[in-house]
Amino acid sequence: MRLTYTESERAFRAEAADWLQSALSGEFSDLRGLTNRVSAPKRRLEWEQHLGQARWSVVGWPAKFGGRDATLSERLIFAEEYAAAGGPPRLNHLGVELLGPTILTYGTDAQKSVFLPAISAGEAIWCQGYSEPSAGSDLSAIRTSAQLHGDQWSINGQKVWTSLAQFSDWAFILARTTPKSVGRDGLSFLLVPLDQPGVSIRPIRQITGDAEFNELFLDDARTAADNVLGKVGGGWEVAMSLLGIERGVSTLGQQMTFRNELDAVMAAARRNGTAKDPLIRQRLAQSEIGLRLMRFGALRMLGGASDNQTNAAITYKIQWASWRRSLGELAMDVLGQEAEIAPALPAGEYAMPMLTELFLSARADTIYGGTNQIQRNLIAERGLGLPREPRGDLKG
Amino acid sequence: MRFAFSEDQAAIHDAVDSFLTSISTSGGTRLAMDDGTGLDRPLWHAMASELGLTGTIIPESFGGSELGAVETAIICEALGYQVAAVPWLASAVIATHAIARGGSDAQRSEWLPRLAEGNAILSFADKGFSCQNGLVSGTSRFVPQGCSAEAIIVHADNRVYLVSTDTEYCLMSPQTSLDQTRPLAKLTLDHAKAELLAAVGWDEIEPLAWTAIAADALGGAQACLDQSVAYVGERVQFGRVIGSFQAVKHKLADMLIGLEQARSAVYWAAGEIDSDGDDARLASHAAKSFACETYAECAGHAIQLLGGIGFTWEHDAHLYFKRARANLSMMGAPSWHREQIAKLILPEDLCA
Repeated sequence: MRLTYTESERAFRAEAADWLQSALSGEFSDLRGLTNRVSAPKRRLEWEQHLGQARWSVVGWPAKFGGRDATLSERLIFAEEYAAAGGPPRLNHLGVELLGPTILTYGTDAQKSVFLPAISAGEAIWCQGYSEPSAGSDLSAIRTSAQLHGDQWSINGQKVWTSLAQFSDWAFILARTTPKSVGRDGLSFLLVPLDQPGVSIRPIRQITGDAEFNELFLDDARTAADNVLGKVGGGWEVAMSLLGIERGVSTLGQQMTFRNELDAVMAAARRNGTAKDPLIRQRLAQSEIGLRLMRFGALRMLGGASDNQTNAAITYKIQWASWRRSLGELAMDVLGQEAEIAPALPAGEYAMPMLTELFLSARADTIYGGTNQIQRNLIAERGLGLPREPRGDLKG
Repeated sequence: MRFAFSEDQAAIHDAVDSFLTSISTSGGTRLAMDDGTGLDRPLWHAMASELGLTGTIIPESFGGSELGAVETAIICEALGYQVAAVPWLASAVIATHAIARGGSDAQRSEWLPRLAEGNAILSFADKGFSCQNGLVSGTSRFVPQGCSAEAIIVHADNRVYLVSTDTEYCLMSPQTSLDQTRPLAKLTLDHAKAELLAAVGWDEIEPLAWTAIAADALGGAQACLDQSVAYVGERVQFGRVIGSFQAVKHKLADMLIGLEQARSAVYWAAGEIDSDGDDARLASHAAKSFACETYAECAGHAIQLLGGIGFTWEHDAHLYFKRARANLSMMGAPSWHREQIAKLILPEDLCA
């Protein structure tokens, strides 16, 4: 166990900090401190490309795909410095943090050489098409179908809750490639270009007033026959490994955003004097503890492969989601009614201040990527070996 | 930066685990409860003679193996898993740490070799005393396994004293205690002659002590979870094992969620202490408050999930439940530890 940094890790930190500071105080100073995930998409696309050119987009990837072969410690360091410099939410976070690592695991050499450099360069922005109107928590109930016509897949169906689809060039989706198959069998993991007649996208406005989610309609949408990740019919395995990644490395960067959010709540408490309230102090301390434990939980699960580390991984999603929801509630208690007033906007428009938006947006955290209830089933079944939930026979 | 056991640490973990699993028994614990000492002597002597566990934080020159806080936490966790009735926390960790760190060469030579062999048992008193002219006075009713101790490490005004219990100025009396595996004795000192452990302040003892209690809690919480999982996987009601009901599964899931965080907390704190990190205090406050609360929840859930059998004297569930409760209060309640964290993260001069 070593909680200190080596000389070369410190040098890596200095290099990353220098570059980020200069980029975010110069050409991209307008993005510094931005927290909203849908605003300034054009500028954030340019930011993706700028990161890519300097090889800071995907530091953990192999150099030949645009990365730096960074170690786990270095990835953590980069995430810390990115947050400290006020880096904006990554427009391509689904490509960079979820799809890329999945391609590294399951992709063919051809797929790696086509898709990975485009992600690291910020040339292809990705979204994720998993959920459907009848396939939410029960993801394996997917109905979207794909059939091979010559050298192309023809895809029909509807996806929902597709984050950032309106800014994306490609979607990775789960579709049923074996007709009449049920459950986890017969699904394939397809890579689908969005700029085509068979695809239409409709944003869904959320309780924050923003529209980060979309409906994605696939009406004879096409993609090349070899744009399948993993085996045809083996999509479930690929999708599950990706959800594992969602619970893993990608959260190190996300934790730094959490750090900034907790710091903002503490700053508000100091400003308005609630930092002297013993009950608020207890909750701030609890949030601090929770955040620190998330960091060491993530480091533990990434540090090896024993049982304990598997359990650290499997309990991680519910941990951070619940933590952030509590932080949002604490922020509202710290600010009181002040939190309910936003700068004036034209009638019908709605955008809340950052901490109020945190309170609202956190309500999605305990739902997407597996609700807290589904997480508890998973933890009990996979982590503790308890019996699986029985299936019913109603059609959704 | 690497947050995982080293090979040596993993080996110690496995060795201690398998040793205690084979030798620590509920029967031994019950004997120690019944005779009022909370001292399972056969286990204590086996720990000392077979694995040298009583000397793990003692320098090699005094007969110990000079291991760090991570190894200490590993051993505490394993003992906590067994809810073992031994004075390891009070004697081999807290008192030994105070002497190893704060004692003069003479004090170290006098005590450490005997502590390493397990032949001396000490305890500690963290509150209730003052010192004037080298004489300590006061009362504490909370001295763990105090009646087995030949000397006590006494905290007074951030100084650390060593007081022999074998004098007429020292009165140690047994008390019937909630946790019989670690009974609390009443200690009264009336102008007792005390030796100052000059090179250490009480605040330097605290982080390892808090972390050790937290590690005991971690092990106990894991035992509560394991026993609950085993039981709900066998017990049948309504034609199903009760572990197939979501209400039961979700409770167990919550136990594991807490436990995993407690594990991070304990080894984070231990790692900070070993690397002399800036966050050693913050981390050990976090570990003490989080792991002890997790243990209390897990021990409570275990009794609930075990149903009637968990409420019987015969089942060990109550030993864990009582140890968990005792750990919460020992050396600062969770809310006190959180307030200390608040002081660290919200400095007064920056508050409006």
